[in-house]
Amino acid sequence: MPMVDIAGKEYEVDEEGYLIDLSQWNEDVGKFMAVEEKVEMTDGHWEVVNFLREYYAEYQIAPAVRVLTKAIGKKLGADKGNNKYLYELFPYGPAKQACKIAGLPKPTGCI
Amino acid sequence: MSEMDDMDEGSGIIKKFMFLNRKAPHGTVYALEGLEVVLITAAFDQDVSMVFTDDGVYQLIKGVDTKGIEVKDFSKTYRALDGYDIEKLYVDQKSMDARGLTEEDLIVDVTVLSVDEMANLMAEQDIVISF
Amino acid sequence: MLHIVNKSATERGSLESCLAMATKGSAVLLIEDAVYAVTKGGTAAAKIQAAAADLKIYALGPDLAARGMSGRVLDGVNVVDYGGFVDLVAEHNSCQSWL
Repeated sequence: MPMVDIAGKEYEVDEEGYLIDLSQWNEDVGKFMAVEEKVEMTDGHWEVVNFLREYYAEYQIAPAVRVLTKAIGKKLGADKGNNKYLYELFPYGPAKQACKIAGLPKPTGCI
Repeated sequence: MSEMDDMDEGSGIIKKFMFLNRKAPHGTVYALEGLEVVLITAAFDQDVSMVFTDDGVYQLIKGVDTKGIEVKDFSKTYRALDGYDIEKLYVDQKSMDARGLTEEDLIVDVTVLSVDEMANLMAEQDIVISF
Repeated sequence: MLHIVNKSATERGSLESCLAMATKGSAVLLIEDAVYAVTKGGTAAAKIQAAAADLKIYALGPDLAARGMSGRVLDGVNVVDYGGFVDLVAEHNSCQSWL
């Protein structure tokens, strides 16, 4: 497994750059992954990333986009619970990008 | 999470799928694999029922702590099924009785069926997938 | 002799075969899906309780916990951790795993 150096600490990632041990995650790791994905993190981005981490802690999976959209709408309001908003934040897909930044494993069923 | 959720599913044909779970968790990989297949299937807007019989009822037990065997506690994931619009969860009364279990021991709300009711449910499916 | 069973008694016959072959004073350690057999209310409970008269019955604690069964263990069953598993293997001259 490849290793990456983030703020002076070594982290194990898979061949696509997803963090192996999600318990190692911290904000520095999130920022590093965001740079790799060419995403400039704003409060809106962090809100989604933190939401994903909470969802994972509760259910032990990363949600499907449809499920994420619905759940975000419920928690953060309809103006955020839609595909347009999420894809504006993460143009290459909330699945691919937000999960990686959140330190979650590669999502089930994600091709 | 899956980008393919956003694709147009095309045909629009809805079939009745039953996922039949008959294995205890952890000892074999069937329970976890079955659950993952169900979560993927949810993206295709089909009529999904999840059925737990025999040792499969053990998958839904609450109060699980997997730290000691260093595997993921996927019993929590059954509680996410509702968000995936998979709401038809059935357990077999006879299997529960044989293991001294009641609905209160389970981590999600289920419908308990007699053997006859289970047989009818199975007979009306288009596709039964067994794990 | 130490007998080790790892299959669910409600799915396979390995526990039954083991109990039939285990001689008086032997130890039987249940691990993985076999631990369901030592829980209250199940069909295997009576067999375990009958067997406990002549045999020492052990179950692996981490496997019970991972299956949500820690609070349901039958009286007379000894719950061991991984260290206890190693001790049992070391204490006995031979081990038989009922795969």
